Amino acid sequence: MARLELNSVGKAFGAVRCANDLSLIVEPGEIVAVFGPSGSGKTVLLRMIAGMFEPDEGDILVGGRSIIGAPPEHRGVGMAFQNFALFPHMSAQDNIASGLRAKAAGGEVTSRVNSISRLLKIEHVLGHMPRELSNGQKQRTALARALIGNPEVLLLDDPLRNVDAKLRYEMRLELPSLLRRSSAAVLYVTQDYREAMAIADRIAVLIEGRLVQVARPEEIYARPASVAVARLFGDPSINLAEVTPRAEQGALTAEVAGTRVRLESPDRQPADYGACWLGVRPDDLTVARTAGEGAIPARIVAITPMHERAVLLLRFADGIEWLAALPPDAAVGSAEDSVFVRFAPEAALLFDRASGLRIGLPPRRQAA
Amino acid sequence: MDHSSLAGRIFRGVALALVLVFFMFPIVWILMMSFQTNEQILRIPPRILFEPTLANYQALISGHLRTTAGNLEISFMRNLMNSFVLSSAAVLLALLLGVPAAYAFARFKFRLGESIAFTLLSFRFAPPLLVLLPLSLYYQQLGLNDTYFGIVWVYQLIALPLILWIVRGYFEDISPDIEHAYRLAGHSWREAFTRIAVPLAGPGIAAAGLLSFIFCWNNFVFALILASADKQPVTVGALAFVTASGIQYGQIAAAIVLSVTPTLLLALYAQRYLVEGLSLGAVKG
Repeated sequence: MARLELNSVGKAFGAVRCANDLSLIVEPGEIVAVFGPSGSGKTVLLRMIAGMFEPDEGDILVGGRSIIGAPPEHRGVGMAFQNFALFPHMSAQDNIASGLRAKAAGGEVTSRVNSISRLLKIEHVLGHMPRELSNGQKQRTALARALIGNPEVLLLDDPLRNVDAKLRYEMRLELPSLLRRSSAAVLYVTQDYREAMAIADRIAVLIEGRLVQVARPEEIYARPASVAVARLFGDPSINLAEVTPRAEQGALTAEVAGTRVRLESPDRQPADYGACWLGVRPDDLTVARTAGEGAIPARIVAITPMHERAVLLLRFADGIEWLAALPPDAAVGSAEDSVFVRFAPEAALLFDRASGLRIGLPPRRQAA
Repeated sequence: MDHSSLAGRIFRGVALALVLVFFMFPIVWILMMSFQTNEQILRIPPRILFEPTLANYQALISGHLRTTAGNLEISFMRNLMNSFVLSSAAVLLALLLGVPAAYAFARFKFRLGESIAFTLLSFRFAPPLLVLLPLSLYYQQLGLNDTYFGIVWVYQLIALPLILWIVRGYFEDISPDIEHAYRLAGHSWREAFTRIAVPLAGPGIAAAGLLSFIFCWNNFVFALILASADKQPVTVGALAFVTASGIQYGQIAAAIVLSVTPTLLLALYAQRYLVEGLSLGAVKG
């Protein structure tokens, strides 16, 4: 099998730059999720690889061979579309087989269609027309069609977007093993960070046409490259406060809502980092009734019970609001109660306020 | 509808009946005339009840018209045949040229694309008389005068814009992703066009073809100027009944009935297609 390689790929539509110096390598058998907010250029990236647009600059290689200028049918690329894009006038069987008819003989086509539809559990609807299929079946048919030709590169454009929650959950569990079986280099576009973390070996975070970070899921969660990345991963999203950290006697501290808290120094020797964002994930906060060193006084504004935890909306004296996600049995009080909020020094992330980039060495920490 | 007053319902019924009579009466009258002799037709006052005769149809089909001034040879059946041949060939040619063109206009942005599409449409605005004089001069120079091909060609002014604009809307309604998916499955763009785009635009192509067939069939003036008797369609052929010895109303009526019947049947048969097809193309999803 072949690896997929993007070399400084760029693309603009008029004044809008949808892809800016994108470089990425996807090994055969690897699943890389392309994750980013809508309009960040994910779909354009897939379409450049599939050959629907050509990039303005840079090169795209499959197995070391450039596919720029090659027609879509000669790129060795399979794709599953967000809107399924099934052929409405063909049965599910013919839809799946369409990818093979050009290459294989009749008997082989039938047996391959049967085996892949058994794998995807759609063998009982093979005779149906697309309009008679449920969204889940349509999506599986589209996946089967993309997989059957054994493409070297498999592009999945948010394939679980239009299916219901239960099926999405099931497919999140099934997809990785299914995709690995094909040993294709897989690019998986999604807008859901949980989906990206569940399915992918690595995640490529795309923001405004730029790849901001490419790393393993737990690394992106624990050590986001910038404030923007930190905000995209995690629900509830990361708490932020404007701070100016101070280095004193070999320790780094910052003032949050009038309370001086200790931070882990990004460097061996703490320095003056200037204006920063301090980021702490809601899971890393502890809330207690007792005051103490580094405990920030706050008032509980609201408590939202979520299935496996309770989310507290806290307000500090200076008006900043943070969220804390706690185990549901951690009875800390009710709304309007005064509490004290703590976090471990190593849980805090520091980002430069001007550039948004994370400062210094990454603090070691377990992914949630 | 349900809670309208009795007076409202009566008024609606009367209004509908009036409209129906207004539009259907000429057709019914022509049908009745076609079964009457000239004397019966010209009788004053006209009668609703009469003894029907098939003489008019016999004369048309046999090609011999007996009048007071002697026997007249008429080529109505040949005209009918011409209408079939000319309209079918014109629609076929227009489909061959128009469907790929519609696809191009729907899928690709190219220089002057919209201007070209609009120019083609503008052929439908211009009165045919405007182009007829120069056209007949060209045709004489090119040797296209009085040829089947010449008429089929000039019929493209009628059929091509219609097909182009209707089918274009259909192609635009097909998600390009469906074609992309087919190409990624290993097929060339030509296969994606013939196996995906054309079948999916099928109802629109059928509706456009049908409509342009009817328009070609009904055309009068192009064939009148550009063709001689043996190549003229029924619309022009009906003029032969205006003879030296008088106007043969009965035969004209029968000729009209015969010439309208094929398109009427076609339209009735394909009515569902036409309405569905034309409205689907127009309403963007």
